[in-house]
Amino acid sequence: MKNYIGDLNKAFESRIRLGIMSILMVNSWVDFGTMKEMLEITDGNLASHITALEKMDYVEVKKQFVGKKPNTSYSITKQGKKAFSEHLDALENLLKKRS
Amino acid sequence: MDKHNEHLENLSEIRSLMERSSRFISLSGLSGVIAGIFAIMGSMAAYWYLGSHAVSEEVKAYYDNATTATGEINLDFYIFFFTDAFLVLIASLLAGTILTIRASKKKNHPTWGPTAKRLIINITIPLVSGGLFCLVLLYHGLVGLVAPATLVFYGLALLNASKYTLDDIRYLGICEIVLGLISSVYIGYGLIFWTIGFGLLHIIYGLVMYNKYEK
Repeated sequence: MKNYIGDLNKAFESRIRLGIMSILMVNSWVDFGTMKEMLEITDGNLASHITALEKMDYVEVKKQFVGKKPNTSYSITKQGKKAFSEHLDALENLLKKRS
Repeated sequence: MDKHNEHLENLSEIRSLMERSSRFISLSGLSGVIAGIFAIMGSMAAYWYLGSHAVSEEVKAYYDNATTATGEINLDFYIFFFTDAFLVLIASLLAGTILTIRASKKKNHPTWGPTAKRLIINITIPLVSGGLFCLVLLYHGLVGLVAPATLVFYGLALLNASKYTLDDIRYLGICEIVLGLISSVYIGYGLIFWTIGFGLLHIIYGLVMYNKYEK
């Protein structure tokens, strides 16, 4: 029997990271403020999780100025999309096996 | 078993976040009702105009008034109908915007964001194409087909918009398309179909949405 649990990606164990990846899967670029509002978490919390995802090359960062305000947007990378899809498949397979 | 529930919960949260982040969901149902009322007022004005300004006794369809008894273009008719339709459109958009801002404030959702922008772009493309197509119809003198064409294109615009907002708008779109196609067969009755499509259907849709999401 295949061990589906092994297919789950450790990088997506936290709910916040799952949330970040879900939002980026269906939107091309999302800025920090929108992301924070959607996930209802604090700045520091969001920043640390995004940095972690960025280090794994799952998330791409773009910094620019809108008027005088700095604006940071995020996008999912190819690897990120692939890794997250595999993680979702693994979750589904786990659930199928149980039910 | 705990793990199982946790996975289930994660999956449903993922689904909800994908939905919430990619769709504009604070569209107000009441704005539909108000747009419907404005549309009915607009067509009442049109009936009043036709009743008092008919070019001759024997005209059968409303658009026969587009040309005068001597076969010339009746500019008065065009000016009246354009102004009428334009006022209805502006009033409805204004009311819709105000009510939608209010609704999203109440639910604590951001009003202006990427989702709203995407919705507006995707509703505008079919609507502007429809508007240009109607101008072409007028250019060819096919006045009777303008009302059916506005209904069909509006329906297509709503159908397209349904991917970026509440799913329910899809059914309103389909109703408008069907109504538009029927009215393109019975072209003399365009004004009545127009009143049903933009007036009655909007009011029904608005009330259904209000009951479902805002009550």
